[in-house]
Amino acid sequence: MLEVEHLKKYFTTQKAVDDISFKVNKGGIFGLLGPNGAGKTTLIRMITGIFYPDEGSILFNGKKFIPDADYARIGYMPEERGLYKKMKIGEQAVYLAQLKGLSAADALVQVKEWFIRFEMQSWWNKKIEDLSKGMAQKLQFVITVLHRPELIILDEPFSGLDPVNANLIKDEIFRLAAGGASIIFSTHRMEQVEEICDHIVLVNKGKKILDGTVSEIKQEYKENLFRIAATPFPALNGNELFEVITKKEESMTIRIKNGHTPNDVLRYFIDHQSNISGFSELLPSLNEIFIKLVEGTSLSRQFQPNQS
Amino acid sequence: MHKIGLIIRREYITRIRNKTFLISTFLLPIIFILGIVGTIYLGIKGKTSHRVAVMDQNGYFKEYLKSDSAIFFDFSPGIDTLNYAEKNCSAVLIIPVLEENQKTIYRLKYKKQLGLTSIDDLEKRINTAITDHLIYSKTNISRGRLDSIRDASDIAELQTFSDEGKKSEASSQGLSYGVGYACGFLIYLLTFIYGAMVMRGVMEEKTSRIAEVIVSSVKPFQLMLGKIIGIGAVGLTQFLLWIVFFFALFMVAQAFIPHELLMEVKNMQSANAMGNGQMAQGSEAAKQIFELKQSIQHTNWALIISCFIFYFIGGYLFYASLFAAIGSVVNEDPQEAQSLMLPITMPIIFSWIIMAMAIQDPAGPLAVWSSLIPFSSPIVMMARIPYGIPTTVPYWQLFLSMILLAGGFLFTTWMAGRIYRTGILLYGKKPTWKNMLKWAFKS
Repeated sequence: MLEVEHLKKYFTTQKAVDDISFKVNKGGIFGLLGPNGAGKTTLIRMITGIFYPDEGSILFNGKKFIPDADYARIGYMPEERGLYKKMKIGEQAVYLAQLKGLSAADALVQVKEWFIRFEMQSWWNKKIEDLSKGMAQKLQFVITVLHRPELIILDEPFSGLDPVNANLIKDEIFRLAAGGASIIFSTHRMEQVEEICDHIVLVNKGKKILDGTVSEIKQEYKENLFRIAATPFPALNGNELFEVITKKEESMTIRIKNGHTPNDVLRYFIDHQSNISGFSELLPSLNEIFIKLVEGTSLSRQFQPNQS
Repeated sequence: MHKIGLIIRREYITRIRNKTFLISTFLLPIIFILGIVGTIYLGIKGKTSHRVAVMDQNGYFKEYLKSDSAIFFDFSPGIDTLNYAEKNCSAVLIIPVLEENQKTIYRLKYKKQLGLTSIDDLEKRINTAITDHLIYSKTNISRGRLDSIRDASDIAELQTFSDEGKKSEASSQGLSYGVGYACGFLIYLLTFIYGAMVMRGVMEEKTSRIAEVIVSSVKPFQLMLGKIIGIGAVGLTQFLLWIVFFFALFMVAQAFIPHELLMEVKNMQSANAMGNGQMAQGSEAAKQIFELKQSIQHTNWALIISCFIFYFIGGYLFYASLFAAIGSVVNEDPQEAQSLMLPITMPIIFSWIIMAMAIQDPAGPLAVWSSLIPFSSPIVMMARIPYGIPTTVPYWQLFLSMILLAGGFLFTTWMAGRIYRTGILLYGKKPTWKNMLKWAFKS
């Protein structure tokens, strides 16, 4: 539904986005990850039509993306977000929906519907300054999706939300995706990504360094770690099959050496009269992969002079 | 275009509904009128009279120096520089022995400032006294005769007509001056008020972080233009309300003029219409009202008001986009806004100063040039127009000034739009002027 090809955006002091390509499927939830200053916001601003890319193309359902015509098909919730403090909430929501291209009547119907769904009817004549941070966040989400966008871009949508409201929004995200909307979800909170996204891209220093589904990536970065629970442990010295990473009373974490299989390990345990009560593979968490890939590259991005 | 319409409507409605709009619309004219009435009242009532003690070494000034309510000369013999204050005099004038045809220094000692006009007045009286003394001593004219000649010769009354080829229009320099000054001042005030309003609006959008939400729906330029036009419409609404307000006030004021006086004025009008060169007889008050009415009728209000609207819009657009650009680069710090605003407020203030000078000589080179250059033309040209088109302001000047102003605001809007586009999404560091110029002129 969205195809980004060889996108580049260079600023005078740095290459904010340096040749990034990816695809977002219809109805998919896509995670855009990266440390602070990796170029996520610049990338998103190009997809939303706020910036023009220096090079590369953005295709929307196979056709070239034209900001003026396609504004209405995108809902964007920026990380730096806000609303008019002194404007009444109901009017404000209707106004912003109209700016996205809804007719006045349609906007009113949509806003009312969403306010009922999120139990915000009583807020209509209030102002933003009367709302708590979490409430404002909920309103901001509603405003982002009011106009039934095909592509919804959420930059850190859960920051400042309590678990109950975070769940509410999460369920809405799943519902919208099931309804056919594609969602780009930008964050650096990995546990949320693992829970929500089916496909992720990791960017660092303006470049894409990882691309795939969550399970593919985990397979790719697994380190042959297994957890085995057994009593008693066999003699561990001098075996060729695995090394012990950590050891507890009844279980331990082991790394199986190259050229051997879990079957070999289990056979070894059985041969040594050990009773196995549990055996499972330990896949790395995204958080670990993220840190592994990004570590070593200094997190705060250096400003590099740009040759072009 | 539909989206700009939405933005304009929002900017307009939220401001019109605001209480401050209502208050300023009705309070400002009242304050304005009270200010004018107050200064006139103080000017009349507040004139202090001065007692000036005179130490005359010639002995004859007592006869010639004339006292009245403004200045009273005290020739009491015992008075001197030491005790004049005790004798209720605010100053003492020391007149030395006069030598003919030589500048003589008169000394005035005071404990309390007399003020510039009183000093001028005093000097004039002394000179008249010397003239009188010389006339009496050199000729044998009688004093009564001299006084009667003086009175009889004080009859010249200058009436001005602006020459427009076939017909001559009676014009009133005083009214032109007043109207011109008021127009220039109003443009100055409105540019400031509404320019600053645009800047605050942009800052509000930036600091409340709604800007990025909106620019994912409309182009930054549309957002800026919508805001500028919306606020400009508020200004225009306010101006039209003021005109209605003043018109109503004018009507009410007329109702307070006594009936007999109005009849006299009517007689004068009919006498004037019949082509009687001579003034019909009438009381002083009736004469003044008649003259005021004449000059108000001869002033081309439709032209002045339509020019005013053009120059208000033109000047507003010229400066408002610059104010918007400033608003877009400011972060939360209001102090920053102050210092960044300076290069924009300075030309406005300068235009105001130029106007105050140009209005003294509305067809002089300073007036002409500064009413052509777009930076100052809205304020200065509006001060000149009441003097008459095409006499004081030829058509070519008016049209050239209008075209230049239109070109000027197209240019500033274009430039400001480019600064705005980058500035509105930039947080943190304060950009330098160099940065801003780069945004404006490089792609």
